[in-house]
Amino acid sequence: MTTLLELDKVSIAYGRRHVVHEVSFRLEEGMIGCLLGPSGCGKTTLLRAIAGFEPVASGWIYLASEVVTRPGFALPPEKRQVGMVFQDFALFPHLSVEENIAFGIRHQSVGERKNRVTQLLQLVGLPAYGKAYPHQLSGGQQQRIALARALAPRPKLLLLDEPFSSMDVELREELAREVRAILKQEGISGLLVTHDQFEAFAMADEIGVINGGELQQWATGYQLYHQPANRFVADFIGQGVLLPGTVLNPHQVETELGIIEGEVPEGCGKGCPVDILVRPDDIVHDDNADLPAEVLDKAFRGAQFLYTLRLQSGVKVLSLAHSHYDYEVGTHMKIRLDIDHLVMFPRREDVR
Amino acid sequence: MTPSEAAPQRSSLRHSRLARPDVWRIGVVATALLLALPVIVVFSFVFYPAGDVWRHLAQTVLADYVLNSVILMVGVAAGTLIMGITAAWLTSMCEFPGRRIFEWALLLPMAVPAYIIAYTYTGMLGFEGPIQEALREAFGWGYGDYWFPEIRSLGGAIAMLSLVLYPYVYLLARAGFLEQSVCVLEVGRTLGLGPWASFFRVALPLARPAIITGLSLALMETLADYGTVQYFGVSTFTTGIFRTWFGLGDSAAAAQLSALLMGFVFLLIVLERWSRRRARFHHTSTRYLQLPRYRLRGTKRVLAIIACLLPLLLGFGVPAGQLAVWAWQTAPHMVNTDFIRLTTNSLMLASLAALIAVGLSLLMGYGKRLRPTPLVIASVRIAAMGYAVPGTVIAVGVMLPFAWMDNTVDTWMRDQFGISTGLLLSGTLVALLFAYTVRFLAVSIQTVEAGLGKIRPTMDDAARSLGLAPRHVLRKIHMPIMRGTLLTAVLLVFVDVLKELPATLILRPFNFNTLAVRTFELASDERLADASTAALAIVVAGIIPVIILSRSISRSRPGHDHAA
Repeated sequence: MTTLLELDKVSIAYGRRHVVHEVSFRLEEGMIGCLLGPSGCGKTTLLRAIAGFEPVASGWIYLASEVVTRPGFALPPEKRQVGMVFQDFALFPHLSVEENIAFGIRHQSVGERKNRVTQLLQLVGLPAYGKAYPHQLSGGQQQRIALARALAPRPKLLLLDEPFSSMDVELREELAREVRAILKQEGISGLLVTHDQFEAFAMADEIGVINGGELQQWATGYQLYHQPANRFVADFIGQGVLLPGTVLNPHQVETELGIIEGEVPEGCGKGCPVDILVRPDDIVHDDNADLPAEVLDKAFRGAQFLYTLRLQSGVKVLSLAHSHYDYEVGTHMKIRLDIDHLVMFPRREDVR
Repeated sequence: MTPSEAAPQRSSLRHSRLARPDVWRIGVVATALLLALPVIVVFSFVFYPAGDVWRHLAQTVLADYVLNSVILMVGVAAGTLIMGITAAWLTSMCEFPGRRIFEWALLLPMAVPAYIIAYTYTGMLGFEGPIQEALREAFGWGYGDYWFPEIRSLGGAIAMLSLVLYPYVYLLARAGFLEQSVCVLEVGRTLGLGPWASFFRVALPLARPAIITGLSLALMETLADYGTVQYFGVSTFTTGIFRTWFGLGDSAAAAQLSALLMGFVFLLIVLERWSRRRARFHHTSTRYLQLPRYRLRGTKRVLAIIACLLPLLLGFGVPAGQLAVWAWQTAPHMVNTDFIRLTTNSLMLASLAALIAVGLSLLMGYGKRLRPTPLVIASVRIAAMGYAVPGTVIAVGVMLPFAWMDNTVDTWMRDQFGISTGLLLSGTLVALLFAYTVRFLAVSIQTVEAGLGKIRPTMDDAARSLGLAPRHVLRKIHMPIMRGTLLTAVLLVFVDVLKELPATLILRPFNFNTLAVRTFELASDERLADASTAALAIVVAGIIPVIILSRSISRSRPGHDHAA
């Protein structure tokens, strides 16, 4: 596979304030990437730099092996062949749906244009809406037209800036999967920006978690969940609790919930205090277990309950249990630890 | 995830256009500099050694100019404040028959240029006018038997200017009253303040910044007025500049007088900016709801109607009616080929100036949108300063450098090729159009900027990501979206140019007349009735911006009548 997009130590600053710091990653052709992070983390700024709207303070951006941005130079957006779908869709209000879609391919012949517009309207499932105007469409329809408009010139790369944030929460994942299918069908690479991890999981092949302007980890969704590179990723992706423990030897860590087997990273000797990532599915309800925990709170999730439990030491953990086991708040239940692989971080004394 | 070591070598040479000049930035800054030229020229004469004429002026008439201008400003301030605030309070806080009509109708006097209302009233109230004639007939008086107020006086000028300028105060005071949060006024009422007390102790202090803005606009117009004071024989700065320029032929002294006048104007600008800055801190609540209006009954109701009807009638109804009567009588022999040529001249000039102004406004507004650097923002602000500069001053500031350039080119061409190029810029339409642009660009910049502000920035980004360069984005996205706004801007400048008098008088080419100039000339020759057709045409055109204004106000009222 060839690399389509590459960022090499990109930093972006507004005046003296750094909003993005030395971000590097690579997106292969045909893949869909995602920049995931809390609001204000710099992910949208990064996307705008890739589109050509923001200059960089340092670092390089390559598109199809060509430098498009470096300090002091940015190839203008109109020359990058990069499509973009905006959070507010930004459909041109004075143009019909057809004219909006044909906007980026105005240099093609009338016949070609017409074919492409018809094809795209089919693709996004709105074949009858060509003559309509943006204000006559619902939010979801506008979103599809914005996608069709961005796809029309067959860009090398499609950038999507929080494209589903104005949609109903229930619709987001479905739409994300739909857009993914369309991109894969058209053979176009994509880069999505979002703060919603489920959107990211539904759409992207690879996800970069960003916080405070720095790339924390670039990996698949599965890796982010099961092998988070640092505390932030562990905390941000999925649910979980950091359980204090002590290293016994390079293969064992002792915790309140028992001894856990696994590889202890180098630099952590015997007696070293660590925190262990415990996901809700790592704590199993078992009436035969020895460990009691008090139910502090519970949330019904259909097939399961998500319990918030307090251990004897006062540490709170989460547990996903079958919804047949219905414990009242204030009662005790027996639990057992069932961890597949160990994720641990050396304890930072300043945190606790 | 570190990129390959070979990465930097992949940079291609064809993108090494690093130092390409930025057309937008240069365009905006250059335009601003060019438009600031007249004011810079005028101010540069402050450092020019004072000549005999200046010393003569200083010893004789300068004190009169200053005194008359100051009295005029004080008088107009009093007149516009009383009429404007009363009308604004009544229409925004009270309920009485006709209030909804008064709301917009009170703006109508804005359509009447001061010099037109001045000569109309002179025709009506002068010795030969219908009113004095009726008095003489009724009481059998002869000349000298009775006392009648002399309209052609400083007091008359104050009255005339107040009648057409109070809408500025009315407009802003009304906005100030309407923007006051309900809570603040309700608190006033619950604390037992009656209508009068809540007006003086709550509403008026809160609306003061807006009122001062309106007042400073009215006073800028007062300082800029030439037609009224000239016609009434009141010596002020503007008439002084004319006299020094044409009568004494001393351009340097005229420029120095202009600089002094600009000093007064800058005081007003500072006052306005200061009041606007304060206005920002005056909104303590965001609840804008319809405040129950005071329902007026009996005598109060009658008084309210009179207080609104009087300025409307005196400022618009009576003069427009008189003009219509005169035009009815004289139009048959006044509407001839000459009149048609005047109208064509006026329409052509106004259209050209409006198109230039709106074109430049697009450059400035869009340039600022693309490159909001401090220099560009300051340039746009400077370019919009012309609204404060009196037409007379602009004319002097345009004439001096243009004449100098013409002379220089002419001399050089004669020395080199023996050809005399004569007047290339001064005394041509170029000079006139340039002056109009300087004076009225603010109107169109404001409108265009407001229009651009309503277009979300993602529109620009979307169009660019679809392959459009910025100038094409302006053409294919912004201009079509804000078609209505652009038309409004064109109309506003068009009407302002149509009404403009002093700059046109000074800068027009030889034998080139417009409706405004002809109106003024005929009126100065005491052919008042003959001037009415052209004057009426100007007034009718002047109603257009009043309609635009009142519509945009009714649409942008927070919380008020939004169901309507």
